[in-house]
Amino acid sequence: MDDSRPIFLQIAEQLENDIISGALPEETQVPSTNELAAYLRINPATAGKGVNLLVDQGILYKKRGIGMFVADGARARLVAQRRDQFRQQYLAPLLAEAEKLGITPGQLADMIRTEAHS
Amino acid sequence: MTAVVEVAGLSKHYGGERGSRVHAVTDAGFALEENRIHGLLGRNGAGKTTLMQLLTGQEFASSGEIRVFGQNPVENAKVLDRVCFIKESQRYPDDFRVKHVLATAPRFFADWDEDFADELVERFRVPVGRRMKKLSRGQLSAVGVIVGLASRAPLTFFDEPYLGLDAVARRLFYDTLLADFAEHPRTVVLSTHLIDEVSNLLEHVLVIDEGRIIIDADADELRGSAVDVVGPRGAVEAFTSDREVLHRTGLGGLASATVAGLDEAGRTAARDAGLELAAVSLQQLVIRTTIGESVDPTKGTPE
Repeated sequence: MDDSRPIFLQIAEQLENDIISGALPEETQVPSTNELAAYLRINPATAGKGVNLLVDQGILYKKRGIGMFVADGARARLVAQRRDQFRQQYLAPLLAEAEKLGITPGQLADMIRTEAHS
Repeated sequence: MTAVVEVAGLSKHYGGERGSRVHAVTDAGFALEENRIHGLLGRNGAGKTTLMQLLTGQEFASSGEIRVFGQNPVENAKVLDRVCFIKESQRYPDDFRVKHVLATAPRFFADWDEDFADELVERFRVPVGRRMKKLSRGQLSAVGVIVGLASRAPLTFFDEPYLGLDAVARRLFYDTLLADFAEHPRTVVLSTHLIDEVSNLLEHVLVIDEGRIIIDADADELRGSAVDVVGPRGAVEAFTSDREVLHRTGLGGLASATVAGLDEAGRTAARDAGLELAAVSLQQLVIRTTIGESVDPTKGTPE
């Protein structure tokens, strides 16, 4: 947990990461709010808020009396969402820092290629 | 949501003469919602204990209204039966041993869970046969924590319950509180100045300073609500000129300002101005709003 953002957003993001990585496959049950709260040492209401955020987006769904499950197609939707955010979250700061250091976009592209092959 | 505690215009002062009068609580107004864990935060002498004594009918208010479960708590058994107040300075009869405390507790708390209490005695390794006055500071605190948890009172106050408890026992307290709260939801008020340790447990936060409630907000709302803006002095001053600044520090040509309520547009503007942004933890936020200097004196002061 970091201090810069509300915890419930961080909970939602952790669950998203687990769905994207495959640790939480589609149609499997996610930990209950109380389990999440005890494991992460956070308030159960906060954990519930994070889970509900994903329910509202259709990433998780509720089976009455059983618990929360990962929705069919959730992974593909999350990956698409994250790709949209990639430019803003990673490329923009990378380009800004490169410009500060006098690295041209061309040089940056070369650096990325070299790094990817090493 | 139902409010378990409702307070309006509450003040408590000691001493009669104007000059020597001590204002422990001044014009406090707030509500505590049912089944939440609240943090009551503030410096030593800020009025935390007095406020809890007022809410539990152990002190008389000088003025103002207090409603606990919809009623006045003073000498009101209907209210006090459902309230547990664990205070750091709890006194016990001289000849009392730990087991006497545990045997007496069910008379005060209708929802007392004896099995749970026994389990906690094991976990906190409290010697049940020992006299209360022979216990170490940590063991004394552990007894308080056990009574507070096993009472399962619908409204439970913990006033700095951890004095002398080692890091392991404090962790145990927090973990047990969370687990038991999840199974038996109730309204908890945790008064503490170890804010970093408990900030993730809290759903709602009250900060009291010099007797006044200066912050009354959801914990998640506060998290990320203030940021440190760091950079060259001129740039920081230009950026903060029309913003609410809680605290400023500087070193040579560098300056840092804690800015309240900076939205996404504001953050982008700061970055575009070449300024760095750093997160402010709940503990830092409380320190910076209660430290006294460079705080706008008109904030939080009713006319």
